[in-house]
Amino acid sequence: MSKPKVAFFDFACCEGCQLQVANIGESLLDILDIIQVVEFREVMSEKWDGEFDVSFVEGSITDEHAVERIKKIRERSKILVALGSCATIGGVNGMKNCFPLEEVGKYVYGESYKFFPTLQTKAVHQVVPVDYFINGCPVYQPEFITVLKCILQGIPYYVPEYPVCVECKLNENVCMYDRGLTCMGPVTKAGCNSWCINNGNICYGCRGLTINPNTEGFKEVLKKYNIPEDFLMKKIEMYNKCRELDKQ
Amino acid sequence: MSKNISINVNYLTRVEGHGNIVVEVKDGKLEICRLEIVESPRFFEAFLRGRSIYEAPHITSRICGICACGHTLASIQAAEDALGIKPTDQTILLRKLLLHYEELDSHILHIYLLVAPDLVGVPSFVPLIKSHPDVVRRALRMKRLCNELCDILVGRHVHPISAVVGGFTKLPSKTELEEMHKRLVELQKDMEATVELFRGLNFPEFERDTEYVALVNDEDEYPLLYGDIGSTDGYRVTKYEYKNVTNEFIVPYASAKRTKWHRDSYAVGALARFNLNHEKLHPKAKEAAVTLGLKPKCINPYLNTVAQIVECIHCIEDSIRIIEFLWQKGINYDEVVIPDINERGILPQRAGEGVGAVEVPRGLLIHHYECDEKGIFRNANCIIPTNQNTHNIELDMLKLVPEIITQSPDEIRLSLEMLVRAYDPCISCSVHMVEVKVK
Repeated sequence: MSKPKVAFFDFACCEGCQLQVANIGESLLDILDIIQVVEFREVMSEKWDGEFDVSFVEGSITDEHAVERIKKIRERSKILVALGSCATIGGVNGMKNCFPLEEVGKYVYGESYKFFPTLQTKAVHQVVPVDYFINGCPVYQPEFITVLKCILQGIPYYVPEYPVCVECKLNENVCMYDRGLTCMGPVTKAGCNSWCINNGNICYGCRGLTINPNTEGFKEVLKKYNIPEDFLMKKIEMYNKCRELDKQ
Repeated sequence: MSKNISINVNYLTRVEGHGNIVVEVKDGKLEICRLEIVESPRFFEAFLRGRSIYEAPHITSRICGICACGHTLASIQAAEDALGIKPTDQTILLRKLLLHYEELDSHILHIYLLVAPDLVGVPSFVPLIKSHPDVVRRALRMKRLCNELCDILVGRHVHPISAVVGGFTKLPSKTELEEMHKRLVELQKDMEATVELFRGLNFPEFERDTEYVALVNDEDEYPLLYGDIGSTDGYRVTKYEYKNVTNEFIVPYASAKRTKWHRDSYAVGALARFNLNHEKLHPKAKEAAVTLGLKPKCINPYLNTVAQIVECIHCIEDSIRIIEFLWQKGINYDEVVIPDINERGILPQRAGEGVGAVEVPRGLLIHHYECDEKGIFRNANCIIPTNQNTHNIELDMLKLVPEIITQSPDEIRLSLEMLVRAYDPCISCSVHMVEVKVK
């Protein structure tokens, strides 16, 4: 049996999620034993013009050129995987959508803004169908490997629907709310093993909001700690602004 | 001689971000020679508006996955400068350690995975798995060690977690200091083998004199985290005068700004730092420079990779020194910083302006911030190393193409790709930041 042909593509992003893959270290050689990476521009010059068994796509879709490119990649890919927050939920690029597009362009490029046409930031699934989602800014390597195994076995991967708090409690961290901080853990999808809180920081919500967040419970938490709702909305916008495009 | 050559490298590979090389030769005459930056703009500067300056390191780290720690450190320095926060000696030492890890991680990726394949004539590291298994294993092992160093110190390399404005949200335990020390000793051995490997490899011979720019200082320390801005043409200004250095200008075919100081272009990066500060390198690094035949002032841009190898040795040795010092002195855990507590107005805030100037793997990185009395962003300006190098690369290309014009188009294309790669360009970064102003 020939090895599945795998490709990596990037759109508007920092390329850190691909780097997380390259950073897996020596186990990368075991992975390369079972898949054939045919395109990975960041670290390879090889190119492939056939069909891809699996395409990993990093980055958000932010201009017409990207829309056309992702459609072509989708056509050539049996399985398409959104890799990292920019691809799965729009990520930090989504903050652009808080402002009118023309104003954003003028703000950055002055009167030359027309040379840099831009669209509202979209997550990949808001443009083409996506088969697997690997959340996180950046992706968490153990989860990447789990998803890769699922893909190769042809079984679905279910993103955890419980919040980061569940993992955080298991890691015995002191709750950030008890430390007087506003943490996105209660409404953010788990799967990262509460990476940031383990390192003394708060959760910024990079993995996306849980599908069915306990909003009432969360409002109670906000009330208990006297946190204004608009302050929290600003926090949600850092990674989750594109979510509103799902509702359209 | 009448010769027509058309080279169009669409999406240059083994670099970070999207760039094209376009060369047109008509009747033996070089008509077009460009490095085009085609990365989609992400408008970071626009959406920073209205956000807390304390969030800046978290957000601007996302400009680039490869230099995430570098952006974080420049951002922290600019924000602390604006807010009037003075970091403690312990914090400064740990930041220097983080910056060393960043240089190591990025340089090793560049040296082994991005540059080495060209030197042995293969398109990527993948064919090397069969032909040079020991080298690939060593490269991946070194990458893993660097990642583990960052994991221990700041949670992870791509988008560090615990380095924030004011200090660190988590400080390494004594066991963790030992763990880092152990890994650095492992890296020492692999670095020796790396020097041996590159001693036997040949880099293209090409020279073009230019102005090299890097941080300089009056101390004995090789300047990476702090310093004035200096040049090989003998000039020196403070970081606050960076605009006198960068003199940004635009060319119509590229979405990133370019810079020049006293000449038509200048270069930043490992080679610039080596040319300006070589005498401050660790003795072992100096020794490696001699072994590898790197002498200041070196004007062969391909040897930037060799300067990176020399810097790796310096960073490993200096990291070991810092860790041994911290281990003996003991870490003061009372200095742990609580993140983002300021956002609810608990910490005093003030209106201010600040500049961060840090030597990141690809060269001088500047973040310049201005915030209002509530610590909310008014202005942001970042000047990225790759932007400072783009014009210099293009002028190198203009000199190089006529020198190699008798070669086949494929050979010319490869020489040009290798030239661009030598600068280790970070194209994602280069389009993400230009100057912004609040009216």
